[in-house]
Amino acid sequence: MADSDLLLDIRDLRIDGKAGDDWLPIVKGVNLTLKKGEVLGLIGESGAGKSTIGLAAMGFARDGCRISGGTIDFDGVDLRKSSQDNLRRLRGKRIAYVAQSAAASFNPAHKLMEQYVEAPVRHGVMGRSEAERDAVELYRKMQLPNPEEIGFRFPHQVSGGQLQRAMTAMAMSCRPDLIIFDEPTTALDVTTQIEVLAAIRDIVEQFGTSAIYITHDLAVVAQMADRIKILLRGEEVEEADTRTMLADPQEDYTKSLWAVRSFKRSAQDAPKSEPVVSVRNVSASYGPVQVLDDVSFDIHARRTVAVVGESGSGKSTAARVITGLLPPTHGEVLFDGTPLPADYRKRTRDQLRHAQMIYQMADTALNPKLTIRKLIGRPAQMYLGLRGRKLNERIRELLHLIEMEPDEFIDRLPSELSGGQKQRIGIARALAAEPRFIICDEVTSALDQIVAEGILKLLDRLQGELNLAYMFITHDLATVKAIADDVVVMQKGRVVEQGPKEEMFRPPHHPYTDLLLSSVPEMDPDWLTNLLEERKSKDHPTSADA
Amino acid sequence: MGMIFTLLWIAVALTVAMALALGFRKLATAATRGETSRALRDAPLTAAFGMMVIVIYLIVAILAPLIAPFPEREIVGTQFQPWTAEHWLGTDALGRDLFSRMVYGTRNTVGIAFATTALAFLIGSVLGLLAATVGGWLDQGMSRLVDVLMAIPSLIFALLLLTIFGTSIMTLILVIAVIDSTRVFRLARAVSEGVVVMDYIEAARLRGERLPYLITREILPNVTAPLVAEFGLRFCFVFLSISALSFLGLGIQPPTADWGSMVRENATLITFGDITPLLPAGAIALLTVAVNFVVDWQLYRASGLKE
Repeated sequence: MADSDLLLDIRDLRIDGKAGDDWLPIVKGVNLTLKKGEVLGLIGESGAGKSTIGLAAMGFARDGCRISGGTIDFDGVDLRKSSQDNLRRLRGKRIAYVAQSAAASFNPAHKLMEQYVEAPVRHGVMGRSEAERDAVELYRKMQLPNPEEIGFRFPHQVSGGQLQRAMTAMAMSCRPDLIIFDEPTTALDVTTQIEVLAAIRDIVEQFGTSAIYITHDLAVVAQMADRIKILLRGEEVEEADTRTMLADPQEDYTKSLWAVRSFKRSAQDAPKSEPVVSVRNVSASYGPVQVLDDVSFDIHARRTVAVVGESGSGKSTAARVITGLLPPTHGEVLFDGTPLPADYRKRTRDQLRHAQMIYQMADTALNPKLTIRKLIGRPAQMYLGLRGRKLNERIRELLHLIEMEPDEFIDRLPSELSGGQKQRIGIARALAAEPRFIICDEVTSALDQIVAEGILKLLDRLQGELNLAYMFITHDLATVKAIADDVVVMQKGRVVEQGPKEEMFRPPHHPYTDLLLSSVPEMDPDWLTNLLEERKSKDHPTSADA
Repeated sequence: MGMIFTLLWIAVALTVAMALALGFRKLATAATRGETSRALRDAPLTAAFGMMVIVIYLIVAILAPLIAPFPEREIVGTQFQPWTAEHWLGTDALGRDLFSRMVYGTRNTVGIAFATTALAFLIGSVLGLLAATVGGWLDQGMSRLVDVLMAIPSLIFALLLLTIFGTSIMTLILVIAVIDSTRVFRLARAVSEGVVVMDYIEAARLRGERLPYLITREILPNVTAPLVAEFGLRFCFVFLSISALSFLGLGIQPPTADWGSMVRENATLITFGDITPLLPAGAIALLTVAVNFVVDWQLYRASGLKE
């Protein structure tokens, strides 16, 4: 340990992944240093190797991966040469890990406290009762509600945002020197995200912990990191101080990342025609629980209506009512002025054809056993009666439309495509029916930003070419800014505000709209600090979660 | 010394089996074309061996009258003759040619077991898929009925039904098929339920697809792997059920040749150090192993466990 300031020193790290019988490089010689008390942001699109590097910092490689070269020096110990026993002593005690999905990472069969005390007791840092007292203390620091009592709940009894904070508290249990955060807020909606970010930042500062913060969200990393390193396909693009990096990126790739959020479609003319779809005073419930309460909005041809709200606000339920999956208790849905039967089974083939849907998770929305040809071909065959050569022509045309090469993709299975390509197939399937109206349910939220932007541009272009009306369900206000014409803000099953986008983004707002808007992270490194101070001074109501 | 010889024999048998399997795979690859040929070329040796055994059994079953030197039910010599050039495996307690009865037994035992398993699968998987896809009252009704049927021990239930309906081959097939289909129903329903909740099924429903398309095109391809695995296992169980029923006198009736009852009829010979009665049992064992080799391979392919 020549330089006592240095905690982690990774040199020329190389990691291979298994593909069939070969080993292909995933990480190609990356250097990474981390000083004590410093937070390093790792940024890149999916497949850049950022999670793999994060795990390697613990001396760990996933199944099907191997560390093939370089040194990983943690506080004077080379993790690559350490025995499994030594590594086990370090992990959890001096190096901790916070995973992307806390809901999937907690063991659902044990209470939070059971899982919290495991590491400190096992590592002999403290006794059980001491650990429990400490947990309550940390839960309080993480601003969890009822810190005394929350540890005795099961993971499913706690909301997503709280769970993520409980996991961060758990990582802190042994007061580690280094924490690796792997996209800890990606699965949360904006209002919850802020609370988790603020809590994480506080606790890292208080204990002087070093951290590696992995994310694909630039605005988030700007709030958290002292330094930013950008990765592309397993190689470093550039690294700099957060402020320098934001103000003056050097490489083209970095600049393109910075530019992603700049996509904004051209303004559309005000609607002249009758609305394609109009939702009239709809109320709906799941059993005794009412999830929609007197919801009304219109969607016009060539226009995009964005329905925004946090999870549980009823925006996806609205889509289920329109498609006929959930018959409403009151109200009706009009298509071209005529009411649609409430149940999809009673709708005519044409009525079904004109309202198509694109799903959030392309993985579960495409049958894994059908080829692209069948996936796209079926609606065209069914609704338009295309057969043989004509059908083949149409499939190729659709693939061209979504910018995929027919010869290369037509006979592939969904598992042989990337996430963005799968989503494009989802779009093509909706287009194959030649609909007039498409519901896009969080279509970009599972994709990273560059890919998501491509999808948004594609949808925008198709709307112009094919005269489509879109209903865009999302919790990401950046997406709304990019693509919407009209905005409907929902909270607890009610529409709290609606109108054209320009009006919605101009104050004054409904307090909830304001909360949503102000929660969208900005690329300014001081944004979170300022926002928190502002909210504190105004004593702003935070979301129901807190 | 004896130990070493046994080991040597086992080694020789394994080598011969491997060589045969290799040869069979070459032959099969050459005889087929395109996708099938490629799949066969990549098949493991165990699967090739299994397929070879199944093909041989099939040929024997189909060409039984041509292969067997004597008729199935005729008394052609004295009782309990040893292996001779005329009667390859000797004769049984009534003086019927054992080799001929083995050959005909292939047709009866394998044919009946296969027909039963296939029928059980047809009933079980169709109803199971239907229950999972339609849901609601239909699902409740069918599932509870199956629960009731499964609550009765299967052998006793089979005995009961066979006593009521009489012991012809047709009733035997139907009774065992119905009883075994309850197990298949359970599996098919459970696996399909995991598929029915996927978004692509919702998309297909919203597209206005009808039930037959939904079941055969969207759901079935996603549940074949576990069903195929179950088929191999179920086939062996059916074999055992038939043998057990034959042993109790309610299965395949004499004078029809059947491997299960052949073991029982000639069991006394074992006391005299004659292994002939074990040959039908060995034939059963070989076939079940072969079927499971092939099923394992298919499962491996279908489940996408390619790495």
